Amino acid sequence: MTKELPAPTLLSPELLDEAYEQRLLERIRAGDRTACAECIDLHSAGVYRLALRMVGDPHEAEDIVQETFLNAFRTIDSFEGRSSLSTWLYRIAYNAALMRLRKKQPLHVSIEPYVDEEETATTPVQLFDWCCLPEEDFQTAEARNELERAIGELPEPLRAVFVLRELEGLSTEETAQALDLSVSNVKVRLHRARLWLRERLSGYFTELAQRSQERN
Amino acid sequence: MDAAVSHHTCKELLVSLSDYLDGEAAEALCAEIERHLADCEDCRVVVDTLRKTILLYRTLPPPSPPQTIRARLLHALELDKDAP
Ligand SMILES: [Zn+2]
Repeated sequence: MTKELPAPTLLSPELLDEAYEQRLLERIRAGDRTACAECIDLHSAGVYRLALRMVGDPHEAEDIVQETFLNAFRTIDSFEGRSSLSTWLYRIAYNAALMRLRKKQPLHVSIEPYVDEEETATTPVQLFDWCCLPEEDFQTAEARNELERAIGELPEPLRAVFVLRELEGLSTEETAQALDLSVSNVKVRLHRARLWLRERLSGYFTELAQRSQERN
Repeated sequence: MDAAVSHHTCKELLVSLSDYLDGEAAEALCAEIERHLADCEDCRVVVDTLRKTILLYRTLPPPSPPQTIRARLLHALELDKDAP
């Protein structure tokens, strides 16, 4: 039997309230400053997390948040409401992050640069069962850093899919809209990202498990 | 110590493991996967550690934005000034 996995729990009730969002949009379009501030309060944390996990640097992430809202309020009239406001904001932030990554590594970020690397990295090689580690070993600051670092090392085409779908809790459809991908592409990339991360974390947790076995 | 999962069935089932763990795989496929897992230690380890990986990420405390971000943002967007 499959044990139920918990759903990501980052979504606040306002984010799911369509009527509220509609009113908020109308107020922003009418130039209501409080509405803009409300929009920032509601969405800036999510935009910041995506930006941070894409570029890895807190200052740069903050710049991206600023660019995102500046850009969003400036072009709010072109927002057609085919996606939710948060999906649209994630999309703007993702494009801003991508532009920065491309500036830094113009050779690495092309259309499908990591295909081979992804293929090899998603074939399971690490086959030690580290699930037996005591739960407190998974909750240390070191382990959590390792989890964050691994996200930063995910091949770029997989990273945003993993962050939005798995960590921010967007649906497959919303993730596809935010990243301009097909639904099936989102599914494939999420699966590859999970396999890639399993492999990457196995290195760390296997060593931890073997060290504690030696001690006992 | 490490050996790649390379058996034909293993490779075929690998593609469906996310659907399986998300509860989105059809009943027949679930049954097939579970039959295979009963006999294949390697795949069992992959499934267990994959499930654990997903669980660790879903329960990872999210990074918080710096405390000052709101004030700086409102300032940059000129939303902290009095309305004209
Ligand atoms: Zn197998």
